Amino acid sequence: MSDIALAPRRACTTEARPLRAALIALAFAGLGLLVFAPLALVFGHALSDGWAASVAALRQPDALSAIRLTLLITALTIPLNAGFGIAAAWFVTRFEFRGKALLITLIDLPFSVSPVVAGLCIVLLFGANSAMGGWLVAHDMTVVFALPGILLATVFVTFPFVARELIPVMIEQGRAEEEAALTLGAGGWRVFRTVTLPNIRWALIYGVLLCTARAMGEFGAVAVVSGKIRGQTATMPITIEMLYNEYLSTAAFSMAALLTVFALLTLLVKTLLEIRHSDQLAAMRRH
Amino acid sequence: MNIDIDGIAKEFGTTTALSPVSLQIPSGALVALLGPSGSGKTTLLRILGGLEFPDRGRVLFDGSDATHLSVQDRRAGFVFQSYALFRHMTVAQNIAYGLQARPRRQRPSAPQIEARVSDLLHMIRLPDIGGRYPSQLSGGQRQRVALARALAIDPRMLLLDEPFGALDAKVRKELRQNLRTIHDDTGLTTVFVTHDQDEAMALADMVVVMSMGRIEQVGHPQEIRAAPSSDFVREFIAV
Repeated sequence: MSDIALAPRRACTTEARPLRAALIALAFAGLGLLVFAPLALVFGHALSDGWAASVAALRQPDALSAIRLTLLITALTIPLNAGFGIAAAWFVTRFEFRGKALLITLIDLPFSVSPVVAGLCIVLLFGANSAMGGWLVAHDMTVVFALPGILLATVFVTFPFVARELIPVMIEQGRAEEEAALTLGAGGWRVFRTVTLPNIRWALIYGVLLCTARAMGEFGAVAVVSGKIRGQTATMPITIEMLYNEYLSTAAFSMAALLTVFALLTLLVKTLLEIRHSDQLAAMRRH
Repeated sequence: MNIDIDGIAKEFGTTTALSPVSLQIPSGALVALLGPSGSGKTTLLRILGGLEFPDRGRVLFDGSDATHLSVQDRRAGFVFQSYALFRHMTVAQNIAYGLQARPRRQRPSAPQIEARVSDLLHMIRLPDIGGRYPSQLSGGQRQRVALARALAIDPRMLLLDEPFGALDAKVRKELRQNLRTIHDDTGLTTVFVTHDQDEAMALADMVVVMSMGRIEQVGHPQEIRAAPSSDFVREFIAV
């Protein structure tokens, strides 16, 4: 310990001690009430009849089907939206064209439109009563009340996450590094792989993680397009609602706890990546 | 390599970046494109490098038409204004990038690339920084690394956009000399953009004064000093 550290600190940015304590207490109280209490409650309720009862509830065929469906939808949504997000961000930040502002607004549309409305639009567009839906049904391709509809709804609702994370990063980094690679003889794909992608890597990971969390938890849009067929089109959030409405509280909260665990896992992945690559992150930020 | 700019014009939307300009650059010259911002000097440099394409006119390299030659095929060593070093690569990886990017058959072997990187690091007199990242370098070191990276591809010409813009006065003087030495050693036709008349006059064999997308005057620094061709040139070089 140096002498300097022991000297009383009287920086102009420091508040009086009681005020500091009060603010910190307030922050923790808010965090506790809004984050930790619900988390504890979910796990508490899930395990209220014991570990075995929870596990048994999750091993029901309908429950297993819901878990599989949610994981499948998430696994399909991630690459689709990573691809769409990169393409959209690339297009918006690397080219000047008319209607660019409109396009950026459109990318944000899923954030402003209620998911239920989005679900209804998909039903109207692809449902058996519409022209396109009729044609699809006639050719044995059902979209609504089936996996493609759920996937469409999930992809729509989670579309902005990756693009929104990437656009500011790509604007900030500009074109210079990519142009430098081009003048050094690299082709378009090589530039993307060796310069663009490494530079947007972290934003992409954050976007994908947000997208993952939302894809697993999406309720409104999926509730409309899925038809809530137990064991077939009911995802985890929908199963939770159905179980809860049937007063099967242990089963509902067990499923909710599992969904929470999935969400916490994505956070854990993010944290581990940050710890593992902390030196790289620091190097990039200093530049 | 001599460069022949023949009636190049470029517009961005409704703004005219270059009214038709023509210019002959003899092989091995060290040329300054001098002018205030918005004079079209950077646009002209980017057209030479293949990063922009002209609306009208032709660019000839050693007499053959290079107007539509892709940026990759031009083999122009380009040094960007803020150097544009790849921030996620080490200095050595930065310098080796152009060699690694070559098609497999023309790509040197790993030891050859390593040797070339080492030679270039010695040439810029920073032999020990190969393992560092750009964020760990000073401004002057970054500029020299950017120069080494551009030279690694055996360029046919060297194009530099405000190469000394972001440096303090002392480093700027040093690196001016450095560029002069590299130019004289390699004999590369070199074009650099600057808004600093002092720098243009001190360094270049041939100064091209530009304003509002037009070339005002071309000549040796002393000629331009002795006989400015217009009021604009007289005022601009007097600053």
